[in-house]
Amino acid sequence: MATHNEREEYERSSAFTRRALLLGVGTTALLGGLVSRMYQLQILDADKFRTLSDTNRINLQLLPPPRGRIVDRFQVELASNRPNYRVLLVPDQTDSIDMSLDLLSHFVPVTQKMRDKVKREARTKSGLAAVTVVDGLNWDVFAKINLAAPDLPGIVADVGQVRTYPFTDQLSHVLGYVSAVSENDLKNRDDGDPLLRLPGFPIGKNGVEKAVDRPLRGKGGVRQIEVNAHGRVIRELGRTEGKPGADIELTLDMDIQRFAQERLKDESASAVMIDVRNGEILAFVSSPGFDPNEFITGFTQKRWEDMNADPLKPLLNKALAGEYAPGSTFKIVTGLAGLEAGAIDGNTRIRCPGYMKLGSHTFHCHRRGGHGAVNVVDALKVSCNVFFYEVGRRVGVDAIAAMAQRFGLGEKFNFEVPGERRGTIPSTAWKMERFGEGLLPGDALNTAIGQGYVTATPLQLAVMVTRVANGGNAVIPHIVRRIGDGPVAAPLAPPIGIAPSSIALIQAGMDAVVNAGGGTAGRSRLTGEGMRMAGKTGTAQVRGAKSVGGTAKGNGVPWHLRNHALFICFAPVEAPRYAMAVVVEHGQGGSKAAAPIAKDIMQRALERLQTPGPAPVASAVVPG
Amino acid sequence: MAGVRALHMDRPRPSPFAKLLDLHWPLLLAITAIASIGFLMLYSVAGGNLDPWAMRQIVRFGVGLVILLVFAMIDIKLWMALAYPFYGVTIVLLLVVQFAGRFGKGAERWIDLGIIQIQPSELAKLALVLALARFFHGRSFEDAVKLKSLVVPLGLIGLPVALVLMQPNLGTALILCFIGACILFVSGLRWWIIIAGLLAVAGAVPIGWEFLHDYQKQRVYTFLDPESDPLGTGYNIMQSYIAMGSGGLFGKGFLGGTQSQLDFLPEKHTDFILPMLGEEFGFAGCTVLVGLYALVLLIGFTIALSARSHFARLAALGLTMNFLAYILINMAMVMGVIPVVGIPLPLVSYGGTAMLTVMMGFGILMSVHVHRQSDLPRHGGLAF
Repeated sequence: MATHNEREEYERSSAFTRRALLLGVGTTALLGGLVSRMYQLQILDADKFRTLSDTNRINLQLLPPPRGRIVDRFQVELASNRPNYRVLLVPDQTDSIDMSLDLLSHFVPVTQKMRDKVKREARTKSGLAAVTVVDGLNWDVFAKINLAAPDLPGIVADVGQVRTYPFTDQLSHVLGYVSAVSENDLKNRDDGDPLLRLPGFPIGKNGVEKAVDRPLRGKGGVRQIEVNAHGRVIRELGRTEGKPGADIELTLDMDIQRFAQERLKDESASAVMIDVRNGEILAFVSSPGFDPNEFITGFTQKRWEDMNADPLKPLLNKALAGEYAPGSTFKIVTGLAGLEAGAIDGNTRIRCPGYMKLGSHTFHCHRRGGHGAVNVVDALKVSCNVFFYEVGRRVGVDAIAAMAQRFGLGEKFNFEVPGERRGTIPSTAWKMERFGEGLLPGDALNTAIGQGYVTATPLQLAVMVTRVANGGNAVIPHIVRRIGDGPVAAPLAPPIGIAPSSIALIQAGMDAVVNAGGGTAGRSRLTGEGMRMAGKTGTAQVRGAKSVGGTAKGNGVPWHLRNHALFICFAPVEAPRYAMAVVVEHGQGGSKAAAPIAKDIMQRALERLQTPGPAPVASAVVPG
Repeated sequence: MAGVRALHMDRPRPSPFAKLLDLHWPLLLAITAIASIGFLMLYSVAGGNLDPWAMRQIVRFGVGLVILLVFAMIDIKLWMALAYPFYGVTIVLLLVVQFAGRFGKGAERWIDLGIIQIQPSELAKLALVLALARFFHGRSFEDAVKLKSLVVPLGLIGLPVALVLMQPNLGTALILCFIGACILFVSGLRWWIIIAGLLAVAGAVPIGWEFLHDYQKQRVYTFLDPESDPLGTGYNIMQSYIAMGSGGLFGKGFLGGTQSQLDFLPEKHTDFILPMLGEEFGFAGCTVLVGLYALVLLIGFTIALSARSHFARLAALGLTMNFLAYILINMAMVMGVIPVVGIPLPLVSYGGTAMLTVMMGFGILMSVHVHRQSDLPRHGGLAF
């Protein structure tokens, strides 16, 4: 029994030993397998995982650079940035948004509307993205909140930058405004700048802000930050500074600009003044303006609707998008067409009986009894229609159209401020395309005096008179003078190829308009030394006014049907420096409504030549 | 028979002091070294703080050491006598949590004893080892190797496995099967039975698949292709890879693991503590840990091989295999070799129950060592 037991005991213990050793081998193999897996992960694939580990923790953050300033030719600040004191909320850092806002309401009123907005945004954004609760705070309130912020869960007091326009509505149509990049902008204006993808990044939406947006924007900096798995920033690993936006210098003289704007106040009007030597814009006014700061701080639906419904159309940039019949100002072009075609010369006299018959139609002069026999200078002085009817009849519409084009009418200048309109200069081809029929003989007469189909913008009229004033050089209007440190070269101004004698006759006519006895703008004469101004009045019928009857001159006619008043001018006559076009909507007559304004602005500009320098900053009201 | 008895009479029972001297000190040292690696990592997980994990883990380890020493002093005869009662109590506890779980939320696996919470499924591993050792100790070698004598041991294994699976706790059920299989293997089971058994298991896998819970299946899918869903269920395993791999040869340095310190690595103080070690101490650190584990396993084998009684041998080997199972499953899981099952890294991961159960196991192993010369009667209960 014992022997059996002992033998059996020996058997099972040696079986155990054998099997246990086998298990030991198996265990060793399995541990070896684990170590080889470690070797694979940590030695063979280590580089790959190191990279993955870095992409895990390192985030790149774009730093928006400050937007460049916009200044006038004397460095007066027209657009700049100011600190925006605001309160943000980080939803992830508070247990209850309501509670945080309740605590905040001890410092600043929190309306139900703000609450709803914060909650809505908190839902749509990731929990760590800050939501703006309120901005545009004054410093006192901000400082108090900033001090208390550690006790307000999720509340962050933050200083942002916001665009500000110190001259408010005096420059709105030049500068435009900025606002946050929209979906549409990303679709249409994506230039590959990563800044555009920064939520809320402001870009120029109109005016110079839009035209020179890219240089104004600058270049975004990049911050390398280490974040944890929850996206919280742990520390900064590195930083590449961006480049602040370039300052933009405009050709404007804010002093003239402001004076012109004041002068056109309460009118629906525009004025453009150009340096005839190089095309620099000195003043560019569309009245009334709007306050671009409102686009920054936001306005109510009501305010927006009011602005759109305003009959004075404050949102329309009339200086380049308002198309008006040029009326008698266009007689300059007709005269030049006649002179250049040889249809008339300086001595050609045409008799004006007060009307002209063409077929069964009678075309009237504005002076019932007629002007008698007039040459081109006289005809301009008294703005005789019949003289120019006859010139139009002789040269035809197409010759007038070609001349108009050479003086910038019907043209776009690739002007920096967006929104240029082309206007209309009728020609045979144009009428065929537009109406499917050729020109009628009457069209030539209407066109000759700037009525009928002819339309032009104030900018185009200013260019026209500029090219007359400078002796026939095709200057191009421009308003950006310097981008950062780089001067912007004025576009080339090649001679148009008009005989100097023809230009001289037109200039003499315009001189007579203002300075000779019986000129249509005799009351707007400038008397200062070296301030002699030449000009041409114009009165343009408002489309549809004819149905009311007459020429819509009287005060009894409703405002919106009254004739537009135009005046184009340049000075000094002896050595032309500035040219200008002024259009006053429904001003009734060029000599009555437009010329006096032009005279004042021109006088101011000429006086500035004696005492140049920065315009004193206006009662620049900073909103908010 | 008389001779056997006489043998017992001849050998005086050693005093507790002598037993202390006879402890396997290298084993204790190796265990302490492994636990210390754990303390270090838990200190690092907390960003260089003893709170909230490292200090508590140290206290637990201290408690575990006391339990180990007490268990080591308990005579191996008593352990054999307690084998079946302990098994019975464990089954009852498993039933209790199963029953109580119906009123709790989801998988209720804990019993709260006020001071400590215990997980009966952890105890089941120890109970199964002792019960199987007790069973085979009483069988003759001829009996033990036969097919028909498998009925009882398979029943002993199957009962707790079934109860644990119902919890559901797939990881522990697999460990129980593994331990059971190892003990059957070393008790001399015929090779053809072993091969047939392996084939049967292979055939049962597709059937078993159908019984898996959705979350368990998901873990398997994720395992098969973790990158398919890097922000969902594959996130853990991807971050685990990245942590391990980015450590390289020597790691990013103590407290310098970006994956773990910046919270990308999930569960890094419990199941995913190895990737943290891998990240901060690299391949070198991991190899040291595996080396220490290997040393403990080697000591376990030598204790098993040098024990005189069959019960002691089987118990020692079963406990060693239990320890191995933790290591294999946890490491293979965090390195993406097997699907994620919630098994901690023994002695290193933060957690009370696992620490205490593992230390209890080492206590019994130590008892086997201290009492390696004891002979045990075949069918005896308590026979002092």
